[in-house]
Amino acid sequence: MAKVSVANNVSKSNRNWIRGYTIAGFFLFITYQFLLPWDGLPSGIYQTVNQWMPPSAVNESLVYVIMALGLNIVVGYAGLLDLGYVAFWAIGGYCAGWFMSEFFYFLNIHFFGSVPAGTPGIHINFWMVLIIGGFVCALFGVLIGAPTLRLKSDYLALVTLGFGEIIPQVFFNGENFFGFNISNGTKGIVVVDPSPAGFKNLGPFDAGWKLLLFLFLTAVMVFISLRLRRGRLGRAWLAVREDELAASMMGVPLMRTKLAAYAVGAFAGGLGGVAFATHVNGVYAERFNFAISIFLLAMVVLGGMGNVWGVILGAFVLSWVNGNGLSAFGRVYNDSFGTSIDFTSFTFLLFGLVLIFMMLFKREGLIPESRMKLLMHEGELDDADSDGKKQKAGK
Amino acid sequence: MAKAAVATKFSGTPGQIRRQRIERIGATAISLGAAFWMLINIIESPDQFAQSAIAGLRNGLIYAMIALGYTLVYGIIELINFAHGDLFMLSAVFSSFFITYWIGADESNGFGWFAFALCLVAVMVFGAVVNVLIERFAYRKLRNAPRLSTLITAVGMSFLLNFIGLKWNGSTPRQWPTVIPSGDIYLGEIRISMLTIWLFLIGFPLLLALNYLVTNTKQGKAMRATSQDKDASTLMGINVNKTIAFTFAIGGAMAGAAGLLYQQSIGTTNYNLGFQLGLIAFTAAVLGGIGNLWGAVLGGLVIGLIQGLNDGLPIAFGQAWSQTVVFTILIIILVFKPAGLLGKVTTEKV
Repeated sequence: MAKVSVANNVSKSNRNWIRGYTIAGFFLFITYQFLLPWDGLPSGIYQTVNQWMPPSAVNESLVYVIMALGLNIVVGYAGLLDLGYVAFWAIGGYCAGWFMSEFFYFLNIHFFGSVPAGTPGIHINFWMVLIIGGFVCALFGVLIGAPTLRLKSDYLALVTLGFGEIIPQVFFNGENFFGFNISNGTKGIVVVDPSPAGFKNLGPFDAGWKLLLFLFLTAVMVFISLRLRRGRLGRAWLAVREDELAASMMGVPLMRTKLAAYAVGAFAGGLGGVAFATHVNGVYAERFNFAISIFLLAMVVLGGMGNVWGVILGAFVLSWVNGNGLSAFGRVYNDSFGTSIDFTSFTFLLFGLVLIFMMLFKREGLIPESRMKLLMHEGELDDADSDGKKQKAGK
Repeated sequence: MAKAAVATKFSGTPGQIRRQRIERIGATAISLGAAFWMLINIIESPDQFAQSAIAGLRNGLIYAMIALGYTLVYGIIELINFAHGDLFMLSAVFSSFFITYWIGADESNGFGWFAFALCLVAVMVFGAVVNVLIERFAYRKLRNAPRLSTLITAVGMSFLLNFIGLKWNGSTPRQWPTVIPSGDIYLGEIRISMLTIWLFLIGFPLLLALNYLVTNTKQGKAMRATSQDKDASTLMGINVNKTIAFTFAIGGAMAGAAGLLYQQSIGTTNYNLGFQLGLIAFTAAVLGGIGNLWGAVLGGLVIGLIQGLNDGLPIAFGQAWSQTVVFTILIIILVFKPAGLLGKVTTEKV
């Protein structure tokens, strides 16, 4: 059992993906940046693509991919359930809001920013804010993890859930946080600086170029995920996931390993948060709710916990369905059958059923990781466990 | 891990001793802080304090009833049943429709009480049936699967119930007439609504009945045996599946009753109320010590009290921070005393 999984997962060189990823990425970029706006294109194609898969939907999906990859490190690699991942998204988003806008109007700090020097507020370069956001989130990940990681898995899930409820509420009520305005409350921090990409500052309408930016960030996350998984830390994560006790007997430092998973996962959440802020050009407190955490978890589960490509697929599919796919399908369906069914209201049903049926019939996800597959079906052939089938047979 | 439990017996490593000391100091500081806060408020405005406390306890009773479902299910199959809060929501919607549309009672008179009594039975059956169905079709198949799978299924179930609530109740909150008399009685300066009294008169017997069921009947004995060791109970002739289904049934019945009481006391239903109340109720269960029935009741009342005080007192964070206060309590409890107020410290089973 162990032999198979090692051969399949660890010793295989996994640098080959870069070529395929680059080709696919450039294909996407060229399509959206040059081909779609091109006048020579038959108008039907433009309409169809814009209805089913507009560039902003692809960008949003990519942001979700970044975040889901981060959650995958916590849930998929280290096996720690995190139900409050949205907190890191919020913190990352507000890092962008604080350091890349006119929010702190009484300050005037510029550091390679993309706006003219006279503008009030803190304006730090987008790439640096990415790193700042990542590290602030990682710090929060460690802070929340340090006292709580010795808890059993369910309790840990609960603490993360509480954390995921508290942080958004702090931002939601942040207009008056002990007398300070830290987040502008429900109004949100509206204009975030355009992100400089070397030759051009990417504003709200540069969806095509932003696609390239997000593709790059996703590639960074994929790279980090794959490299870490092969390394010492990644193997320690898998060991902890599969059997905590055995892992600690083998000399894996449990606390440090789990904390590292939290920190790296939170870092990705920060990246995603900053990226999302630039995607929607603002930070809005009411967007950070518990449903997002579950949504991200569903992406990881649907795609295949622990498998980077599975998670990417899951994130793409679910965020597309949630953002654009379901409403586009509803529009087409209603037009062609003359009905007026509100398809977007079926999101709950769809996600609920996806989670339940995936867990019942394909626990390891669409593109499973082989070790996870073994793990997920470990208990099924156990001996005298109170299994439904055996009880029936015993009667 | 079981470090804390071990450290009380052996002296432990210096790190463990230090951690214990920090924990003890922290816990003392927090309780002192809470006591101080309450004291200031009592001196500041005693009437408001009493009134907020009563309102909080009323909510606390509902939390306690929901928390019982969580604690029962967790006690027996170690699952955080995320769908439980939404079952409560569905029960609230069910009882609104039952009383207002299907029976047609909309004021507090004899007929209203008749409708209420009928509804109490109906909604308890409803909650029990839905919960048993959920267990039968989703959780039972996953009993031997990793914890994570069952938990995610529970989250999926919660979404599913949420969807049913959305379609049944509509996406906006709904106002309903109530059939419990709404007068007030005065205890000096303190106003107590009749509603609160009726709620306690109806709710507490249910809690007592549940406790009797679990501690004094054969079925309750089977439940406790199953929660300790499923294999051994199978060998002793206990039908484990039936026992677990029964546990879900009584948990669901309590959620149903809580739904009715909530709907009658607040008068509005909303499709997403189950999530927030469910989380608060679960916090209550953890606070009291999960798996412990009276712990859940105590935890529910304490959480309700703290929330009520926080929402109503002059010197407090106010309603906008309600969730934050509750979840901060949850985190503090989990960090300092994971076993809860009434729970026993158990060592990790290997």
